[in-house]
Amino acid sequence: MIVLLGVVVVILGFVTRRNPVLVVGVAGVFTGLLGGMNPLEVLAAFGRSFADSRSVTVFAVVLPVIGLLERYGLREQARRLIGRLGALSAGRFLTAYLLVRQITAALGLTSICGPAQTVRPLVAPMAEAAAERSRGAALPDRLREKVRSYAASADTVGLFFGEDCFLAIGSILLITGFVNSTYHQDLEPARLALWAVPLAVCAFLVHGARLLLLDRQLQREMALSHAEHDLPLPKGTAK
Amino acid sequence: MIKVEWLYWLVGLVFVVMAVQMTADRSNPRRWTSAAFWGLLGLTFPYGTGVANATAKNGGWTLPAEPLGVAVLALIVLAGFNFLGKGEPVTSTAGEREASATRLGGRIFVPALTIPLVAIVCASALDTSGLFEKGKATLIGLGVGCLVALTVGMLVTGERRLSVPLHSGRSMLEAMGSALLLPQLLAVLGSIFALAGVGTQVGRIAHDVLPDHSTYLAVVAYCVGMFLFTLIMGNAFAAFPVMTAAIGWPVLIEQMHGDVPAVLAIGMLAGFSGTLCTPMAANYNIVPATLLELKDQYGPIKTQIPTALALLVCATVIMALFAF
Repeated sequence: MIVLLGVVVVILGFVTRRNPVLVVGVAGVFTGLLGGMNPLEVLAAFGRSFADSRSVTVFAVVLPVIGLLERYGLREQARRLIGRLGALSAGRFLTAYLLVRQITAALGLTSICGPAQTVRPLVAPMAEAAAERSRGAALPDRLREKVRSYAASADTVGLFFGEDCFLAIGSILLITGFVNSTYHQDLEPARLALWAVPLAVCAFLVHGARLLLLDRQLQREMALSHAEHDLPLPKGTAK
Repeated sequence: MIKVEWLYWLVGLVFVVMAVQMTADRSNPRRWTSAAFWGLLGLTFPYGTGVANATAKNGGWTLPAEPLGVAVLALIVLAGFNFLGKGEPVTSTAGEREASATRLGGRIFVPALTIPLVAIVCASALDTSGLFEKGKATLIGLGVGCLVALTVGMLVTGERRLSVPLHSGRSMLEAMGSALLLPQLLAVLGSIFALAGVGTQVGRIAHDVLPDHSTYLAVVAYCVGMFLFTLIMGNAFAAFPVMTAAIGWPVLIEQMHGDVPAVLAIGMLAGFSGTLCTPMAANYNIVPATLLELKDQYGPIKTQIPTALALLVCATVIMALFAF
């Protein structure tokens, strides 16, 4: 039971927001020693598993290609692609963005969209504009927050449940690296990526449906807030 | 025959070359320690070949694992105490990028699409050709895909200098910093947990709680366990080795004979639903809220919780129906 203290170290480290690399290092040494290894064995375990999990870091070879393309306007072109969707209603626009985000992530293009790259400069303002255009009035603050939260969620859900269909993503390589070295298997990344597809479809259906429902919610709530403002005031009350 | 170790040497070479570039970059306030970190990381790749040979006993030259362990601890110290810096990114101006995006149009996506395309062709059509080391076709395909994509990319953009993609890639490397190494370190932590018997302990507790031979309850325990562990740790990568060693491997795969890729891939995604719900995953959930200037910093999480719970149910059902 005492080795479970290693898990406690990880949890405490993450909860108190220590540097994650340091947390992992300390927890590894601590758990190894608690598990009855001597210091040399702990070092050897670090070395051996580091060598066995090199595949996890292989995705770094993609960086020069993406770097070259970004230098030649990959992000700008991606923005134009999203910009063409701007004539839709807020919910439909965000659903379309969810689909774009999932498909590009599934192709390994995880860094062309994101909260800083596209959501803040592009997706959130366009969703707000779409909501205001269809209602013909400015969004109250509360609803503006809601539209922005939904814009952020479309990006995150799309990324999480799209990227695992790409075989060179960290999580897929972590699974193969861990299983192949710990249990001596010959697991191929492509077979794992295939099993990520059904849940990617579910994610699109579930979150897409919720984004489409957002249109109705906005309609109802804006009609309500308008009614409150436009109601004739009772006689005798000062405006 | 193309071996996966060649790909690792290529990755190591890329890191070492970028480390050498860093030593000359005066705009990086910590250029020497940064270069030491990435250069050392690069050297662990070829050194790892010798260690892996010794572990797998598959012949070839062998090297002791302990020095590599010392190197890993050195990498942890360099990254853990903030010795990594970044220089001014070497890139184009916004105007240049707009102009070249207009000039290239949709063609700019072609090189990016080349990478997965080549990797998939290698994994499916060429897997049995004997051209690649057995069981490594996808990974090698990724390396081949990158080299092809780099060539295609230079042709499409009309770039002649190889130093341009290397410099741009290095800027991305510096921007990612130690986050790039975290997945590999979490995999190391997972193996050490497994060696020290953490998974076995969690598994023993699960065994006492779970009734025998109930596949569905074990599936629920694995998926919900991944979800909860990720919720606490903020990272599905940290939860995966523990839950897999506890329930996923011994119960679902060895006892119940589940389909290995299905159980593991879906289990990881059950963890991802947990990531959607936790402020511990700050970079995904809190950073967007601050970027969007939301008053409620939990706004995105509140929006994501219903989707995450629905997807956790989907994951559990899909695993129960199709993995056995």
